[in-house]
Amino acid sequence: MTAVAGSTVDVLDVDRIRQDFPILQRTVRDGRPLVYLDSGATSQKPRAVLDAERAFYETANAGVHRGAHQLAEEATEAYEQARARIAAFVGAHADDLVFTKNATESLNLVAYACSNATAKAAIAPGSVDPRFVLRPGDSIVVTEMEHHANLVPWQEVCAKTGATLRWIPLTDDGRLDLTELDRLVDDTTRVVSIVHQSNLLGTVNPVAAIMARAHAVGALGVVDACQSVPHMPVDVASLDADLIAWSGHKMLGPTGIGVLWGRTEVLDAMPPFLTGGSMIETVRMEGSTFAAPPKRFEAGTPMVAQAVGLAAAATYLDDLGMAAVAAHEHRLTGYVLERLAVLPGVRVVGPTSNVDRGSAVSFAVDGIHPHDVGQFLDDRGVAVRVGHHCAWPTCRRFEVPATTRMSPYVYNNEADIDAAVEAIVGAQEFFGVA
Amino acid sequence: MQLESLYQDIILDHYKHPRGRGAIAHAAGESHQVNPTCGDEVTVQVALDADGGLVIGYEGQGCSISQASASVMAELLAGGSPEQADTARAAFMDLMRSKGAGEPDEEVLGDAVAFVGVSKYPARIKCALLPWVALQDAEAKAGIAAGVPQDEEGRTA
Repeated sequence: MTAVAGSTVDVLDVDRIRQDFPILQRTVRDGRPLVYLDSGATSQKPRAVLDAERAFYETANAGVHRGAHQLAEEATEAYEQARARIAAFVGAHADDLVFTKNATESLNLVAYACSNATAKAAIAPGSVDPRFVLRPGDSIVVTEMEHHANLVPWQEVCAKTGATLRWIPLTDDGRLDLTELDRLVDDTTRVVSIVHQSNLLGTVNPVAAIMARAHAVGALGVVDACQSVPHMPVDVASLDADLIAWSGHKMLGPTGIGVLWGRTEVLDAMPPFLTGGSMIETVRMEGSTFAAPPKRFEAGTPMVAQAVGLAAAATYLDDLGMAAVAAHEHRLTGYVLERLAVLPGVRVVGPTSNVDRGSAVSFAVDGIHPHDVGQFLDDRGVAVRVGHHCAWPTCRRFEVPATTRMSPYVYNNEADIDAAVEAIVGAQEFFGVA
Repeated sequence: MQLESLYQDIILDHYKHPRGRGAIAHAAGESHQVNPTCGDEVTVQVALDADGGLVIGYEGQGCSISQASASVMAELLAGGSPEQADTARAAFMDLMRSKGAGEPDEEVLGDAVAFVGVSKYPARIKCALLPWVALQDAEAKAGIAAGVPQDEEGRTA
C-alpha cells in the first residue's frame, strides 16, 4: 500500500508513490533529476494507468456497442465498467457520466447545446427544452478567474444568441467578490458557469452557495472541476450543480478523455452537440431521433482505451484516499506559501492564506519576466508553468502580464519545493535583481 | 549550466538597457505583435528619413529575449536601408532555425549574433522573432518592404 495509517486521514508515502511513476526516474537538462511541479497543466501517469491501457489493447480491443463477436462484448464491458468506476469516484450514477475528448469539449458541449437549442427554437418553438434557449436580454454569469475554456465558449454563445455575459469580480487577495452576487445572478440569468478551483490563483470557490443562487433564479448551474476532482474528495451531489466538467489527464489519467457529469433530468432534456454515429435512436432520410444519455452525447467511436486508463487512475487515487491526497497537498501548499512569503521580491498572485486554497501557486518575481524565471528553473531541472495559464483576464485583473506557477501533486514533497525555491533565488542572482 | 548560451551578456545588457526604445513622431507604419502563449507584446513603428533610411520606434513588455531582441534589432537597422533590413531579417530567421548550430555573420547581424543560443530552445524562438516580424509587418503597412512576406518561422507564404 502507498498510504500509511495516520490519526485522522492516511499520510501519503511519497517516496513509494514516486516509484509508481516511470517518468520521475528520468533526468533533464544535462542529467539533472526531474522536479515536476506542473501537474496543474497535466499530471504524470502511474504504471497502473499505462498497464491498463496496454492490457486493453492487447486483450480486448474492438469497437464498442456494436459487433456480434466476443471482443466487441468485452470491449463494451470494459468501456461501461470504466464509466461506472469513474462515476463511483465522484459519487455519481454511471448513466449520468458522459465521456468527451477533454474538459474543454465538455464545456463546449453544454455551450453548444444552448446555442443549438436556441437555433432550433427559432424555427420550431416547443421542439426543445426552454431552459437551454437564450435570447437578447438573458444573461450568462461566469467569474473573472475562469480558464479560457469556461469563458470563450460562453462569449460565443452570447455572440450567437444576443445574451449578455456577466462576471463575478475578484478581491485583491484572489477570492470571488460575492457582495453583488444577487445583482449579478438575477432573473435574467439562464446559465451560471464557474470554476471550482482556479488553475491560476488556486482559490477554491464556494460552489454550492453560488449554485443555490443560480437555482433560485431558475438558471442552469455549471461547474469547471478540472482542478478540484484530481485534488480533493468531490461528491457531485454536494456541489449542487446541474453539470460538472473535468479532464482525465490532470488526475493521473491519459490525455484524450474528459468527463461531463449531469443531473439525470438535465441530461435527458439537453440537445446534442456532436451528431453522427452511436448517438442516434432512429435515422431516416427525413430526420433522426437521438439516443438517451450518455450515448446522445458520445457521437462516433469513443475513446475506449483512455476510459479504461482513466478508470485505473480513479482506482489508484481511491487507493491513496482522496482525503489523504487533499491533506498532503494542503500541507505542501502551506509549505510553498511559507517559503515564498520570506523571499524578497517574490509576490504570490492569489490567496496567501492556506484556507479554501489548492496547490496551484502562482507568483511574480520582481524584475524577471516569468518566461525567464521558468527558463532558469528548467535549467535546474525544475518544471513549472509560465504564461497566462489560459486565464488572461485574471492576469489583467492582477496587473501581471503572466505568472510562474508551481502546482504540486501526490508525487511531490518538500524537497521539490526546496529545489524550486533555491532556483528562484538563483534566478534573482543570475538576472541581477537579488 | 547551459543558460549562458541562451542569456549571453549582450542580451541581458540590451534587456536592462534598451537602445532607442520609445515611439517615433511620424510613423508611416506600425505593427503590434503578441505571443499568445505567454503574453509577450511588441509594437514596432517605422518611417523613412530624408535619405531613405529607416526610422524605427518600439515599445513592449515581455521576457528578456523578446525585449532584448527589439533593442538589438532597432539599434542594428535604424538609419539603414530597407534592403539591409531585409537581408538582416532573413539572416536572423535562418539563425533561429539553426538549432544552436548557426554561424551568424556579425557584419550582417551585429549584436543579434548573440541570439544563436536561443535557437536551441524552441519555446523561445518566437520570443526572439516577435520584433522582427513586427518590423516586417510595419514596413509592409508603410509600403516600404519590397520583399516576399514570411511568417514568423521565416517560411514564405
